[in-house]
Amino acid sequence: MIQFARFVLSNGLKVLVHEDASTPMAVVNVLYDVGARDEDPRRTGFAHLFEHLMFGGSINIAEYDDELQKAGGENNAYTTNDLTNYYCQLPAANIETAFWLESDRMLSLAFSKKSLDVQIKVVSEEFKEHYLNRPYGDLWFKMRQMAYEVHPYKWMTIGRELKHIEEASLADVKTFFGKHYNPSNAILVVAGNVVTEQVYALAEKWFGPIPAGEKYHRRLPQEPVQTVPRRLDTSALVPVDAFVKTWHMPARLDPRYYAVDLMSDILGHGASSRLYQSLVKEQHLFTNLDCYHFGSSDAGLLAVEGRLVRGITLEEAEAAVQQQIALLQENGVTTAELEKVKNKTESTLAFEDMSVMSRAASLAYYELLGDAALINEELEKYQAVTATDILNESRAVLTENNSNTLYYRAAAEAAVLAGDIENEDEEDDD
Amino acid sequence: MINRKEAPPYLNAVDFDIRLKPVDKYVLRNGVEVYAINAGAEEVIQVEWVFWAGNWYEKRNMVAAAANFLLKNGTAHKTAFAINEHFDYYGASFGRSCYSETALLNLQGLTRHLPRLLPVVREILTEASFPEEELALYQKTNAQRLDVNLKKNDFVANRLIDEKLYGFDHPYGRYSRHEDLAAIGREELLGFYDQYYRRGRCMIFVAGRLPHDIFAQLENVFGDLPLHGNTTVRTDHTITPATERIYRVNNDPQGMQGAIRLARPFPNRHHPDFFGAQVLNNIFGGFFGSRLMTNIREDKGYTYGIYSYLQNHRQSSAWMVSTEAGRDVCEAAIREVYNEMERLRNEPVGEEELLLVRNYIMGSLLGDLDGPFQVIGRWKNLILNELGESHFYKSIDTIKNISAESLQALANKYLQPDAFYEMVVV
Repeated sequence: MIQFARFVLSNGLKVLVHEDASTPMAVVNVLYDVGARDEDPRRTGFAHLFEHLMFGGSINIAEYDDELQKAGGENNAYTTNDLTNYYCQLPAANIETAFWLESDRMLSLAFSKKSLDVQIKVVSEEFKEHYLNRPYGDLWFKMRQMAYEVHPYKWMTIGRELKHIEEASLADVKTFFGKHYNPSNAILVVAGNVVTEQVYALAEKWFGPIPAGEKYHRRLPQEPVQTVPRRLDTSALVPVDAFVKTWHMPARLDPRYYAVDLMSDILGHGASSRLYQSLVKEQHLFTNLDCYHFGSSDAGLLAVEGRLVRGITLEEAEAAVQQQIALLQENGVTTAELEKVKNKTESTLAFEDMSVMSRAASLAYYELLGDAALINEELEKYQAVTATDILNESRAVLTENNSNTLYYRAAAEAAVLAGDIENEDEEDDD
Repeated sequence: MINRKEAPPYLNAVDFDIRLKPVDKYVLRNGVEVYAINAGAEEVIQVEWVFWAGNWYEKRNMVAAAANFLLKNGTAHKTAFAINEHFDYYGASFGRSCYSETALLNLQGLTRHLPRLLPVVREILTEASFPEEELALYQKTNAQRLDVNLKKNDFVANRLIDEKLYGFDHPYGRYSRHEDLAAIGREELLGFYDQYYRRGRCMIFVAGRLPHDIFAQLENVFGDLPLHGNTTVRTDHTITPATERIYRVNNDPQGMQGAIRLARPFPNRHHPDFFGAQVLNNIFGGFFGSRLMTNIREDKGYTYGIYSYLQNHRQSSAWMVSTEAGRDVCEAAIREVYNEMERLRNEPVGEEELLLVRNYIMGSLLGDLDGPFQVIGRWKNLILNELGESHFYKSIDTIKNISAESLQALANKYLQPDAFYEMVVV
């Protein structure tokens, strides 16, 4: 049971406090309710680029990192399709430094041209390092593009293409800040060796004077139900074929989410999962094979992804995956299997809760979903899932009409080298 | 109105008195040492078995890693699937990893399931069977994985720089090759297993919310095994560094980035310079606020990240600078690394920067010691490197007190471009 206190400042900033006297540290976590899904389709990758700019100086403080490090602190941040989260950890005695730093960059950035120019380069290198200069690095660009017709989950957090990032202007940065970075779109969680009253006073002192700003109301086009299977057959300079197939699944707050999550574990999480045991170990079709999903806030994707053993065709591989799915849809899961994934979930939740930083981020996330108290209800919801629920979900989710299949072939070197790579990418974007 | 231009008062972390939580020690009747940290709020536990079974001890390349990986893929009574199913059923994870000197087994799970988990670990340590079909699958899978990895410039650069530092015949410099992978045989694995695991030198590290009878549980399950706590006879391996210094390797004609590795030999952690070098390394490239990151990422934008570090080897180590940079700015990035070395050699680190770094290291150390797994990790590092508790406090003393002059002297001794191998893989 994770205890916490919650209050809202008059400017709309939600503040949560989680006391844990067993640590000498404090964590200050600021979540902004903006992710890649909120981007302009012609300016993708902006939420993430913006996250970098949050370290490029705020209105009164030139160097965020230096000031935090002086106080013995460390920090980082991440952007997902759904949200942007900033967190720092420092000795609890120095917690006010974090309030000073975080409130100043919520008040206003310095909007430095130099910082923007440099971070465009840095993010471009990140783009290359993680997606362009890496075998299979563009696989999920292609999958998202195929699986979503209207929802902005269509693009990756890093952005659809380098050009979008390179073209970002200071005016874009200011507009984005004004729209998303204000108290009414943020959640502050303070955790660790702190006292609630002290946090309340500090929050009032540093964040209280910041103007509320306008609440951003998300109106995203929701993805229509998919009614025909989609397929893409593509190739790249990789050594072996890869296979990925996805199905649309319920959103994070949908009561069905828990059964689908456990179903994905039974199918393809870990060395004793069905897909791994039968298709990797017994039939030698794949060298690795996983079933997973991203836990997206809006309706997301359930994926089966693996790399093939050389000599196996993608058609054979897919047929074998489908056979496992058919088996599940026919016979459901055993009591022991269900028990196993519930035990695993209990253990995973306990391990996550070991770190104060992770507890703080979870509290912020559940508050974003609507209620931080959800954090204490998760295990119960997983425990309540029945074998029948999973059987039903296997039949509802894992249908061919709801699926997107990507064959990612290893091209013969010469063939790809002869073709114009850039043009090929553009075709896939259409 | 609050003054937002001025930082609120803070305590210098450098003034903190950081203590390492004492470790409990118990010796099983076969001589195996057990170290334990009992702490934490969650009902979870981690047990780690350390064996002197790294690639230092193999007679042929890749045998140690294969033995370590396949250890849990079958016993006299259980298939790989049955073993995996058992750990998974109790929500536990059972991992293994192989390093240069040591090889580990790592069990994590809920404390209450421990009595159901330990007997299977015992079975693995007494009756692992290394089935032919598991070995064949391992070889096939890893051959494909190697092909994929060889497409990655960073993977190639990491292998080559180690080879230049230590020579391919040294365990630190050796890397995976198709011919070695294909040559691994079952008998060889069984022999290695018998000598270095079943009858091998072992230490156990346990942490988390421990059951009151933890030592009795371990004694009951492992105390009668032919494991031992004696020193393992160490074969000597000679380091043969490359004679050429500069390397430019073409690996990926379409690549957009180059992998840069600059490295020089550095003594191991028993050397008196080690403590000061750790502080100097932080200033140079050891954290986000370092000189390298500030210049090459935050000012020039050549890279997403650049770091320097001291390798964690026992016999002899290396000081390494590592980054992935845009293909056309690799040479400029290397020049900047050398410029930063030059600055550290020629100018003493300013007082403000030095205090910042001291505070940062102390603050992050305090955070790193938060939690039972972190504390046992510290202890494990000290114990496996045969360093006493005093090493920890000496290190803190250096962080707090080392002078700018001493750091400059260390820079002059070690941060000399002529001593660094240069590897760029594009």
